[in-house]
Amino acid sequence: MIPAAFDYVAPTTVDDAVRALSEAGEDAKVIAGGQSLLPVLRMRLAAPSKLIDLGRIPELRGVREDGDTLVIGAMTTHYEVQRDPLVREHALLLACATDTVADPQVRHRGTLGGSLAHADPAGDLLAPALALDAELVVSGMDGRRAVPATEFFTDFFETSLRPGEILCEIRLPKYTGWSAHYEKFNRVAQAWSIVAVAAAVRVENDTIAQARVGLTNMAATPVRATAVEQALIGQPATPEAITEAAQHAAEGTAPTTDGNADVEYRQHLARVLTSRAVTAALST
Amino acid sequence: MRITVTVDGTKYSDDVEPRQLLVHYLRERLGKVGTVVGCDTSNCGACTVHLDGHSVKSCSVLAVQADGSEVTTIEGLARDGQLHPVQQAFHDNHALQCGFCTPGMIMQSIDLLADDPDPDETAVREGLEGNLCRCTGYQNIVRAVRDAAAKMSGGAGPEAERVGESQQVAGGGN
Ligand SMILES: Cc1cc2nc3c(=O)[nH]c(=O)nc-3n(C[C@H](O)[C@H](O)[C@H](O)COP(=O)(O)OP(=O)(O)OC[C@H]3O[C@@H](n4cnc5c(N)ncnc54)[C@H](O)[C@@H]3O)c2cc1C
Repeated sequence: MIPAAFDYVAPTTVDDAVRALSEAGEDAKVIAGGQSLLPVLRMRLAAPSKLIDLGRIPELRGVREDGDTLVIGAMTTHYEVQRDPLVREHALLLACATDTVADPQVRHRGTLGGSLAHADPAGDLLAPALALDAELVVSGMDGRRAVPATEFFTDFFETSLRPGEILCEIRLPKYTGWSAHYEKFNRVAQAWSIVAVAAAVRVENDTIAQARVGLTNMAATPVRATAVEQALIGQPATPEAITEAAQHAAEGTAPTTDGNADVEYRQHLARVLTSRAVTAALST
Repeated sequence: MRITVTVDGTKYSDDVEPRQLLVHYLRERLGKVGTVVGCDTSNCGACTVHLDGHSVKSCSVLAVQADGSEVTTIEGLARDGQLHPVQQAFHDNHALQCGFCTPGMIMQSIDLLADDPDPDETAVREGLEGNLCRCTGYQNIVRAVRDAAAKMSGGAGPEAERVGESQQVAGGGN
């Protein structure tokens, strides 16, 4: 299958990319790793007039520290995120979730920024971004702005990116010394999550001092399981306490029914997987 | 748009349409038909090649995105009539039935061995997660990758794509 014809530019700076995007108008699209976009173009589910390739912009790539903040360029690939020592040290949850994305070939091309901008509710990196209080820095003709993850994901495949805006970097507070686990439930190789749970915890004197839990594919957007977090904090790190807290996992969710699972089953999965995720995190 | 790409050691400059997929450029422009199109949905991995030393599904990369890069296909592995150790291991272990997935399986196996020179069975299966064999010949494929790992313990990955005469590839299978 062959995509419909389009024009193509590969700028080397964010400023040039933003200008190219705004000049090209509404029918233009940016391409990052292309791992979600090219399949769509091949099937002709979309036919943009122009692609602006972000792949040749060095400033969008790589991981760095900025004081207490970890900064990940939008074009950093899944493969790079998986192997980055700073990510492992300060945002282990993101590394764990990235390990489960797709397959090695897709992880060589696909990017963190592309996954977040694509905003597939089954995408594995949205819930960690939300749970870790990520801030998304976007750039447009009117300059830069920072959008908290809580406001970035608005609906199925919808974000608060405005026309002409490009996601440039993902900023995370450092979670140094936290344990984490991403528990993904799917049926076959390289498949998307039916439901998945992202959990990060910090233990102090055998007691859970802080907890972050995010849910994948339990609504049109990623969901923060705040009731679970509240129930965990102050508890001893025991199986009973975890199971008890995990019972709150489906609160405030709005999952859909599809060929893989219905609403009730997804809610059941959320509870079971939350328990597994927190347990696994605590044993890391 | 004009692109310059080094494929299997030869430099090519060509005008391509931006929408041309890398796999179509390789097959239709360069005649590298060893790289096949399987599913056309980014799932099967049959079209796997190496782009600047890393495996990619060439149906999911535009030729223009490869401008300035180095591509290795299944056709670029053998040296002077001598198979790459991973190719040889697939042969020795009968790691193919119909053979359609084989080019992608071999390219991904080499990538896997570059990251993990001695993968256990689980690591092989996970490393080949993006490659489907519809004959379901996975047992022998896993065996072949482990066999290749043993024979290549001297070094894998991009280095192995420059196989020297000294490489030990002989062996009578399992
Ligand atoms: C076989 C297969 C299996 C997969 N399995 C999984 C999985 O299990 N879990 C998972 O999470 N993902 C999975 N993916 C998707 C993969 O993670 C993609 O890499 C990701 O969804 C998109 O990233 P990309 O860089 O390829 O973006 P692209 O495909 O290039 O872009 C996706 C969309 O985001 C927009 N966009 C990209 N970057 C920016 C930016 N910086 N600013 C503004 N807009 C932008 C594009 O315009 C486009 O609309 C799978 C993909 C494939 C092909």
